[in-house]
Amino acid sequence: MNIIHVIGFALMLIGIWGMLTQKNMIKIILGLAIAETGVQLVMVAFGFIKGRTAPILDAAVPVKDAVDMIVDPVPQALVLTAIVIGVAVNALMLTFVIKLYQKKRSLSITEYKDLKW
Amino acid sequence: MELQQGIFVLMGLAMIVAAILAMYVKDLVSSIIAVGVVSLFASILYLLLQAPDVAMTEAAIGAGLSTLIFLYALHKTKDAEEEND
Amino acid sequence: MIKKMFSFILIIFLFLILFELLNNLTENKKLSGVAKEYAERGAAELGTANLVTSIVVTYRGLDTLGEVSVLFIAATGVAVLLRRRKDEEILIQKVKRQSSEILQTGTDLLVPIIIMFGVYIFINGHLSPGGGFQGGAVIASAVLLSFLSDINYKINHTVFGLIESLSGVFYVLIGVLGIFLAGGFLDNRILPLGEYGTILSAGAIPLIYTLIGLKVGTELASIIDNMKRDSE
Repeated sequence: MNIIHVIGFALMLIGIWGMLTQKNMIKIILGLAIAETGVQLVMVAFGFIKGRTAPILDAAVPVKDAVDMIVDPVPQALVLTAIVIGVAVNALMLTFVIKLYQKKRSLSITEYKDLKW
Repeated sequence: MELQQGIFVLMGLAMIVAAILAMYVKDLVSSIIAVGVVSLFASILYLLLQAPDVAMTEAAIGAGLSTLIFLYALHKTKDAEEEND
Repeated sequence: MIKKMFSFILIIFLFLILFELLNNLTENKKLSGVAKEYAERGAAELGTANLVTSIVVTYRGLDTLGEVSVLFIAATGVAVLLRRRKDEEILIQKVKRQSSEILQTGTDLLVPIIIMFGVYIFINGHLSPGGGFQGGAVIASAVLLSFLSDINYKINHTVFGLIESLSGVFYVLIGVLGIFLAGGFLDNRILPLGEYGTILSAGAIPLIYTLIGLKVGTELASIIDNMKRDSE
């Protein structure tokens, strides 16, 4: 599915571009969230096989024909993990932003120069 | 298959527009909602890519909880003056 | 300005890399070796109809344990960083408007149904799409709805903490039991596999997914609680 790959790569580029150029810290995290979605989309698309069905065995997909009828379940399992960890990491980063905001009353990353040389 | 390709293209365009909007709109609330829209479209794409498990996770966690967590964080940092470009 | 230029160059390089990747992409026609093995053996060996579940819970169970640990650490980090001393809490006693009658009544009706739906999702994780993570997120959204409708709603931290830690302990215990009673850590065959396609089948998978669901649900709810609290 080339179209899905193009969408995923475009989302990755937009997200990383946003992370590099935006000044607002919440927007930086939003950029990371967009890039994450793009990576996950590309990973699921790598496991997709045209004309096949979901990896759930039932009356329509008997066990013995499963190999020739289902898409690849391994990337799906990995992406499942990635989504849950992604939201946890986003929540932790937002917590850091809140703490920083309480210190300096500003969301702009240019205000925080403590490590700048 | 042609119809599905068309749906993919349209949804991809919508997602990319929403992502660019999220990065360049001034209002942070709109930007958070735009990221939620990207997640929601992604969940529909997962369904079309035959990954119902991932679609459910993305709809419940990516589009639902994540957006709310961002909105709460924004609420906590509300009285920030608009100094970003 | 120079920073923006560097970012631009970086994005261009990244674009070139991804473009090259896209050009050399070949559409796959059949399953990879690992996936083929899972598809052939999964149903007979573990008794699950949903292959994603069998990979998440059993074949790559250790990954899931790590994921749950990451989620736990993140929730703890949020709680530690956003904690607030008792005397500070009294200072912010602003008068807030109670939400409308319709929202409150609707919430009272909906919350039990939403929680039941979450439980349904994670108990049926081995048969239909869904599982512990999705069910946990649905349960957390029920807690979120309560937060939205009632401004004085507080979650019971003792109960939530107890559910969260006990389900984590039992999850690891079931995993260790697998070493002694079955093939290895987190093996689901410590319980009989049962009849293929029914709820009480697939050995310990419904049990493990129930524990994961409770753990994820309480953790996400506590993240939301911490993010929401003391928002002046």
